[in-house]
Amino acid sequence: MSGSVIPSSVRRIAVLGAGHVGPVIARIALDAGFEVAIATSGSPDNLELITQVVMPGVDARWAADAVRTADLVVLSIPLHRFPALDPALLAGKLVVDAMNYWAPADGVVAIFQDQRLSSSEVVQGRLTQSTVIKSLNQIAYQYLDDGRRPAGSLDRHAIGVAGDDSDAANVVGDVIDRIGYDPVLLGSLKAGRILQPGGPVFGAVFTRSEFERAMHTAAVQS
Amino acid sequence: MTSSTAETPRETTGGSPRFPLVLGLDTFGDHEHDAEDRPLSHAQTIRNVVEEGVLAEQVGVDFFGIGEHHTDDFPMPAADVVLAAIAARTKRIHVGSAVTVLSSDDPVRVFQRFSTLNAISKGRAEVVLGRGSSIDSFPLFGYDLANYEELFEEKVNLFAELLKGGPVTWQGNLRPSLNNQDVVPYTEAGPFRTWIGVGGSPQSVVRAAHYGFSLMLAIIGGSPARFRPFSRLFLQALEKFGREPLPIGIHSPGHVAETDEKALEEFWPRWLHIITKMSKVRGFAIPTLESFRFEVGPQGALFIGSPETVAQKIAANLQTLGANRFDLKFGMPGLSPDSLIRNIELYGTKVIPRVRELLAESTQPDA
Ligand SMILES: NC(=O)c1ccc[n+]([C@@H]2O[C@H](COP(=O)([O-])OP(=O)(O)OC[C@H]3O[C@@H](n4cnc5c(N)ncnc54)[C@H](OP(=O)(O)O)[C@@H]3O)[C@@H](O)[C@H]2O)c1
Repeated sequence: MSGSVIPSSVRRIAVLGAGHVGPVIARIALDAGFEVAIATSGSPDNLELITQVVMPGVDARWAADAVRTADLVVLSIPLHRFPALDPALLAGKLVVDAMNYWAPADGVVAIFQDQRLSSSEVVQGRLTQSTVIKSLNQIAYQYLDDGRRPAGSLDRHAIGVAGDDSDAANVVGDVIDRIGYDPVLLGSLKAGRILQPGGPVFGAVFTRSEFERAMHTAAVQS
Repeated sequence: MTSSTAETPRETTGGSPRFPLVLGLDTFGDHEHDAEDRPLSHAQTIRNVVEEGVLAEQVGVDFFGIGEHHTDDFPMPAADVVLAAIAARTKRIHVGSAVTVLSSDDPVRVFQRFSTLNAISKGRAEVVLGRGSSIDSFPLFGYDLANYEELFEEKVNLFAELLKGGPVTWQGNLRPSLNNQDVVPYTEAGPFRTWIGVGGSPQSVVRAAHYGFSLMLAIIGGSPARFRPFSRLFLQALEKFGREPLPIGIHSPGHVAETDEKALEEFWPRWLHIITKMSKVRGFAIPTLESFRFEVGPQGALFIGSPETVAQKIAANLQTLGANRFDLKFGMPGLSPDSLIRNIELYGTKVIPRVRELLAESTQPDA
């Protein structure tokens, strides 16, 4: 994790991936007042029409351009494309890992097969020059938009935030809060396992207390 | 084509194309149970699907679609064979896939099978290409899920070439090339209508427009309204690629019975069962009665209830999304043939006329 600069607060967000999830994250981040750029592995020309219509206000960029000026980078690319991603692209950056690994649905990706490690630990293991926080992965993209609630709402939903660097986790927690969710901080990337497919909160839309209850029940059972 | 699904724009109002309204039914060959809740054989389920397709035409449904699946809950791997049986016994209804899992199939074979179906049905065949049940089909046919994007991209590309007719020369990475190869049977009256099923990726919307395929929005969870920008994206992308406007459809699951209560009562336990099973395979948390109620409500993706309830929801969403077609995915593993027949009858005789009425009302200039 050496060398990454943890911003005291976030202004610019880069979203990598413009499939199902990326555009939703970009849009709700823009709504929350962040400056947002989005990129795929290819040229922004192919993305411009999409940003104009589906997320007006979000900039379509080359990945390197989007990342360079960003305080925070969201990785929402398919996990099997991650091994080909150049870690240097993200050097020095605070990275939110929104990717999920579930071999029956995604196919087997060898580097993620080590059962002792959460998938975000593997991501951190490759992005040695970045600080990785796992978040935004556990709510299905279909609900991410409509699930937002203002701070203080009784039915506000929770999103887990897992990281080894507590400053970085707090910064990401603030972003989640501004977007419209209750951040539940999980202490370590390892603890982020609970957010993964097969875990007790994956795919569920929970309030903080439901979220914590589900986590607790799972901890007791294991 | 003289059928009600002849899809050339009828008129243009304020720049937005108007296609004839098409109201269809889709099935995945959901494994049926008898009245005592004993599973029927796969063979009987398939024969029942043929009868359901024939009944659909009799009660006035415009399209009958069958989605390829490969499991005991959905024993329907050869949808085109079943569609051919329905086509042989019907005259008007359009028949098609919902969806064809192109990534794990051979585009040449898919083209040949649907071109044959088009011949048998005298021009009533359609194809919806999509990812669908690739989790089941990939291991079965020896494909790697990690190649899913490339496989789909490449095979859609080849399929578009095949549809043009004439000898095909094509080269890709994942399938042997074709060199000036004649592919039969030729279609009689140009290519049959081809759709791409899109779940929620704007890149897939643009891909459909790029190839000149119609857009089928598969809305199976969350608010249908969030797809609205996709309709706009599709039309603008068509324009960018210099193509004429094309139809936009919606595919969503549901169930119609005499009353809301009866529909919910029949559907919920079957849905809970199948979604619980799916959640184990896909690793997501089991849905609750609360999340089910949300999906059944006006903001959700399930079209369940009395004919009036379902018709209102269909009409509202067709308007919101600027779509001209709605296909209700009916059935659920474990439902009985009686309940499916009732669903089809109510959809054809009550829901469809009511949707047409609602949309006619709302387009009256001074209404
Ligand atoms: N489904 C959900 O509800 C959900 C929720 C939260 C998180 N997730 C996770 O989010 C991730 C993305 O899922 P998805 O369904 O959105 O995938 P998707 O629809 O396949 O889209 C993936 C996007 O990533 C881009 N991409 C691939 N490699 C890239 C690279 N090296 N640099 C920049 N962009 C790249 C692709 O564009 P090009 O191919 O054109 O480069 C595409 O836009 C997955 O890991 C998934 O598990 C899913």
